[in-house]
Amino acid sequence: MADVIKDFPLLKRKINGKPIVYLDSAATSLKPQSVIDAQDDYYRRYSANVHRGIYAISEEATEAYENARKKVAGFIHAPSVNEIIFTRGTTESINLVAAGIGKTLIAGDNVVVTIMEHHSNFVPWQQRAVGKNVEFRILNIDKNGKLNLNDLDTVITRRTRVLAITAVSNVLGTINPIRDIVKSVRRISPHCLVVVDAAQAVPHMVVDVQTWGADFVVFSGHKMLGPTGIGVLWGKTELLEQLHPYQYGGEMIAEVHVDRTIFKKPPQKFEAGTPHIAGAIGLGTAIDYLQSIGMDNVRAHEKEITGYTLKQLSAIVGLQIYGPKTAEDRGGVIALTVKDVHPHDIAQVLNEDNICIRAGNHCAMPLHEHLGLVATVRASFYLYTTREDIDALVEGLEKVKRLLSK
Amino acid sequence: MDLYRDLILDHYRNPRNFGHLDKPDVAVEDHNVSCGDRMVMEIKFKVKSLKSKAAIEDIRFSGEGCAISQASASMLTEKAKTLAAEKILVLTLEDIVEMLGTTLTPSRVKCALLPLEVLQKAMIKV
Repeated sequence: MADVIKDFPLLKRKINGKPIVYLDSAATSLKPQSVIDAQDDYYRRYSANVHRGIYAISEEATEAYENARKKVAGFIHAPSVNEIIFTRGTTESINLVAAGIGKTLIAGDNVVVTIMEHHSNFVPWQQRAVGKNVEFRILNIDKNGKLNLNDLDTVITRRTRVLAITAVSNVLGTINPIRDIVKSVRRISPHCLVVVDAAQAVPHMVVDVQTWGADFVVFSGHKMLGPTGIGVLWGKTELLEQLHPYQYGGEMIAEVHVDRTIFKKPPQKFEAGTPHIAGAIGLGTAIDYLQSIGMDNVRAHEKEITGYTLKQLSAIVGLQIYGPKTAEDRGGVIALTVKDVHPHDIAQVLNEDNICIRAGNHCAMPLHEHLGLVATVRASFYLYTTREDIDALVEGLEKVKRLLSK
Repeated sequence: MDLYRDLILDHYRNPRNFGHLDKPDVAVEDHNVSCGDRMVMEIKFKVKSLKSKAAIEDIRFSGEGCAISQASASMLTEKAKTLAAEKILVLTLEDIVEMLGTTLTPSRVKCALLPLEVLQKAMIKV
């Protein structure tokens, strides 16, 4: 995987003469030159609007935009390209679904989320339940950071309308067995909709939405080598047809009359206004790049790096790692604490050597409360992460201990 | 920039005025929710008047936080003992930065300021 480094311009940059050790890919990934070029090319050569002009560059833009949709569909094995809706990102995708489903919730229903959800797959559901006499239920984790799947039978009931669940925890790294969970849920509550936050999964491993069997799957472009401001909602055709539009405007209209409006079919029904054309094209190029590497290879590399990191970190006294014990069970995310040292101080000291990690609750405050923590430090990896990066992290953490241990 | 200078590390490792007072006139607690920092200030006053030249007889702080917030609290409580209440109330971020003897990146400003905010809240409670 070493030869991918040259494709990422940011990794050539130095700050104070030192290279950048980027270990925050769970927040956002770096961008390869090809993705930067693809956006640049759109803006320079054919930056027309889509689905409108009967002139060459508009048709070129439309083709590139729709081609990106096809690439996304292929990448996640969607049965139909019309099931791919471009959004601003994971957050907007979830809000779109939650707004539509929220209207249909009635007193006595319940919605279920897991304790390890990112705020963006927690709060939209919590807020739909509040004040409607709809119960907001939590699926908890065990001491190894895995979901208590034995509790599914009690947490999910026949009145469960939604299960909102992450495929990979952005803190613990836990990989949830979505396929098995969906099967169990269908058995208990056949009409329960399963919404999968795949923001930490699609960039890092093979995802097949049909194998999962969920109803909606959402993810962001910027965490998978693509631009910011572009994301995806995948949903089953019949559900997308039922779901209420999220926003109204141009592009999503079939007919407007003074007294009524007829919307286009999905995906246009959910893409009001001029979309992020350059972003979609960039995302399509990111998918090309990932496919040229092969998602199995991406996963294998991250598993190797994660295993190496777990081993190296376990040698540091006073360092606590959260989540599953083995790389097999986790994505390339490791949250940790160092005894008696505040996570912000760790991040600040590491920054002196350009080591980029995240400190805080990583938009997962309910999980941190559950763990009895206010904050953790998180290192996260991608296909460009090297053993040298991990060695720098380990050295940096030793420096933190020397400097700040009391 | 060297944020973790010897002076700051010294106050972090050996905080001055850390702990509790027997019968404080006032005790105020506040948090930086995003950092998970918690800061408590307990004060005993000499004379309960803002015009008094050295209003604070004794002061203690407690709580949890990063090295910056802890060192800032330690140094601020020392400084506060020498100042009139009215002077304490007009202290600003600039004074805290000067006291710490370093520069702060935007993300660390709220860490350094938490002790001052708690202290000023306590002072106006008198």
